[in-house]
Amino acid sequence: MSDPQSPRAPRWALWLPLGLFLAFVVLVTLGLLKPASHDIPSKMIGQPLPAFDLPAASDGRPGLATRDFATGKPKLLNIFASWCIPCAVESPVLAELARQGVEIDGIAIRDHKPELAQFLARNGNPYTRIGADNVSAVQLAIGSSGVPESFVIDGRGTIRYQHIGDIRPEQVPMILAKLQEAAQ
Amino acid sequence: MIAEFGLAALWLAAALAALQLLAGALALTPNGGRLAAVVRPAAVVQGLLCATAFAALIWLFAQTDLSVKLVAENSHSAKPLIYKLAGTWGNHEGSMLLWVTVMGLAGAAVALVERRLPEPTMLATLAGQAFVSLGFYAFLLFSSNPFTRLDPAPPEGNGLNPLLQDPGLAFHPPTLYLGYVGLSIAFSFAIGALITREVGPAFARAMRPWVLGAWIFLTLGITAGSYWAYYVLGWGGWWFWDPVENASLMPWLAATALLHSASVLAARDALRAWTVMLGVVAFSMSMVGTFLVRSGILTSVHAFAVDPKRGTFILALLAINIGSALALFGLRAGTVAEGERFSVKSREAALVFNNVMLSAILGIVLIGTLYPLVTEAMGEKVSVGPPYFNPVSAVFAVPMLLVLMVGPMLRWRRDWMARHKRAILVPLGLIAVSAVAFLFVGQIGLMPLIGLTLAPALAVASVLPLKHRKLRLVPLATWGMVVAHFGVAVALAGMACDSAFSRQHLIAARPGDTATVGPWTIRLARVSPVAGPNWTAMEGELEASYAGGAPVLLRPQSRNFWAPPQNTTVSALHTRWNGQLYTVMGDEVQGTQSEGGRWQLRLWWKPFVPLIWYGGGLIALGGLLALIGRVADDLRRIRVKAKVAYRREQQGRGGA
Repeated sequence: MSDPQSPRAPRWALWLPLGLFLAFVVLVTLGLLKPASHDIPSKMIGQPLPAFDLPAASDGRPGLATRDFATGKPKLLNIFASWCIPCAVESPVLAELARQGVEIDGIAIRDHKPELAQFLARNGNPYTRIGADNVSAVQLAIGSSGVPESFVIDGRGTIRYQHIGDIRPEQVPMILAKLQEAAQ
Repeated sequence: MIAEFGLAALWLAAALAALQLLAGALALTPNGGRLAAVVRPAAVVQGLLCATAFAALIWLFAQTDLSVKLVAENSHSAKPLIYKLAGTWGNHEGSMLLWVTVMGLAGAAVALVERRLPEPTMLATLAGQAFVSLGFYAFLLFSSNPFTRLDPAPPEGNGLNPLLQDPGLAFHPPTLYLGYVGLSIAFSFAIGALITREVGPAFARAMRPWVLGAWIFLTLGITAGSYWAYYVLGWGGWWFWDPVENASLMPWLAATALLHSASVLAARDALRAWTVMLGVVAFSMSMVGTFLVRSGILTSVHAFAVDPKRGTFILALLAINIGSALALFGLRAGTVAEGERFSVKSREAALVFNNVMLSAILGIVLIGTLYPLVTEAMGEKVSVGPPYFNPVSAVFAVPMLLVLMVGPMLRWRRDWMARHKRAILVPLGLIAVSAVAFLFVGQIGLMPLIGLTLAPALAVASVLPLKHRKLRLVPLATWGMVVAHFGVAVALAGMACDSAFSRQHLIAARPGDTATVGPWTIRLARVSPVAGPNWTAMEGELEASYAGGAPVLLRPQSRNFWAPPQNTTVSALHTRWNGQLYTVMGDEVQGTQSEGGRWQLRLWWKPFVPLIWYGGGLIALGGLLALIGRVADDLRRIRVKAKVAYRREQQGRGGA
């Protein structure tokens, strides 16, 4: 039965499965010990805003360009759309931020003027300026993949913080702190 | 009362598992022989007690007894009865109870039926089975007791996750569990064989029906899960390489390899250590899969089942069970006598090739699934998706499929290629013809092109083993192999057609608008509200006509559940012989007052996509045929043996 030239697995090879398995256990133990975090770090933080110059999206507010951010004061840039349900949910929170003195600029993604006007009439208008991004060009350039998203931009036009999804009421102090930080 | 009764049954079952382990282990020592008689009855009673506990839990869910915490958290009095019952295993605690129940019943079946192996190997096997079960009992009783009471009882329950309120779910988890647990029996057999060094054809024959059974259920579970993801999630895809899907695929890959290597061991007494190793790996993959899904260590669509504390417990179980099994393998495999030799051109060699390729794909999937964890440990977040999995697994799948075209026709031990010249030329010719044909069609990506080219050749090659044989005399197991291999070809064709020819259209439509996708013209006739037992929905009425023919009606919904509040889409499908029209209606897009709202519609035309699941069904059917054939053979063999023994008895023990 045992052929003299038969290639036999060396002894250590029999322990290989156990070794691999132990490595797996160590790996997942490390993963379990670390608190789960679901934040996605933005590659855009610390980067200057890309250059853009968007036309006005609504009749009541001017359009939005990169130079509007070089004012020395931090601002909140909100990416939204009238067709986006969470954006409507977010609007009272933005109104609250505006009431606390935050200057909010908006970029409306793939929107139409009448529908946007209706959205703003229904949900309030916290924006100083609203630019129309009809092909998502600016949205993609600043590393946003959905609506709503918000960016804290400092007075020199540098992105300081990216918030993915709607800002929830309990996150207002956190956003205010980020703006404070950007002001320094 | 019922809850306490169920809990008591569970404790008793755990105690019996402890007895089974102790008695089984001691019976293997020189002085413990008398304890051997305890082991089989303990296994049987343990299985019955588990079933009792599970029946108690089903009863509690059917009655919606809200004083039980698990029921209050996962059920609701207004839910249809089928989902109340499905709710029993649609949550962590209940599904773990289902797991130990199936495991207990399988252990009982082994104890009752299996008499072919030497008794010490059987004792070691049943002790191993008890060892694995004990871990799960501890898990249930100490950290996820399904029978915990809630005082005071709430007036109403939370309801079941709406995504799970689907007929497919009622059967998806139990099917997968039957698969996982079947592999746990294979694992116990491997442990028993390693402990007593009895790794041979008898061991392979005893293990094979369990592996086959497990494999059938895994195949069905994966097929059903894939179809569930296809039509419930409304993303139009049928496989996403989500960690959970990978978790179910890995045990299937290992079981497929095990199935084939067990055949070699049973027929030719070769591949001993490798088969034992696969027996351990297959169940390890089931546990690793369960761990990855339940611990929340990887993000996935099954996030409803996540709790890190449970993760720690499952990891501990995993480390103990698998770690000790692999250590035993390291100790013993070197002393397991090597099996028979065979030539490179033989059926054994083809099956070894199949095993190596399947293991490679298993490795690829495992690495891809764990890779985000590795990089996260090094401080970077990545996600691994189809661009990695598809091509890298194809590198190994394609050669495997090529060998599959010839392998089943080869002889055991040694064969001559000249004998198969014509049988090889047929699929090769088909490959060439279809490659040219599809290149002529053009506009097809490389991967679907490979699939489209291989599928027809594989379909033909899979039935070639029946050539020149009297079909009535072909053993059932061979029929099973042919059907399963043909199913692989069918599924492959479906996958390739889906990715080569699918057409998609995304629109925002007002009632009355028309859109086209592929050969279909689709009109949104109206949108109206509808209500169900625990949901309300907006339902679109789509009139779809194929190439100008009579319109068919599809009714996709955007559905709002109110317990718990959640929004889901319900897709509407229309299946023709040549493909499937797939429609999803999303949210309303707010419009101006004058024009009214627009509705997001996603339309897909997917030629031949149902072949994927028909193929999966055929593969499982092939497994079933093989299982029936094997079990019938075994029974016949047992009967013959009994007859021989009886005759000897009659002749006064003459010739023994």
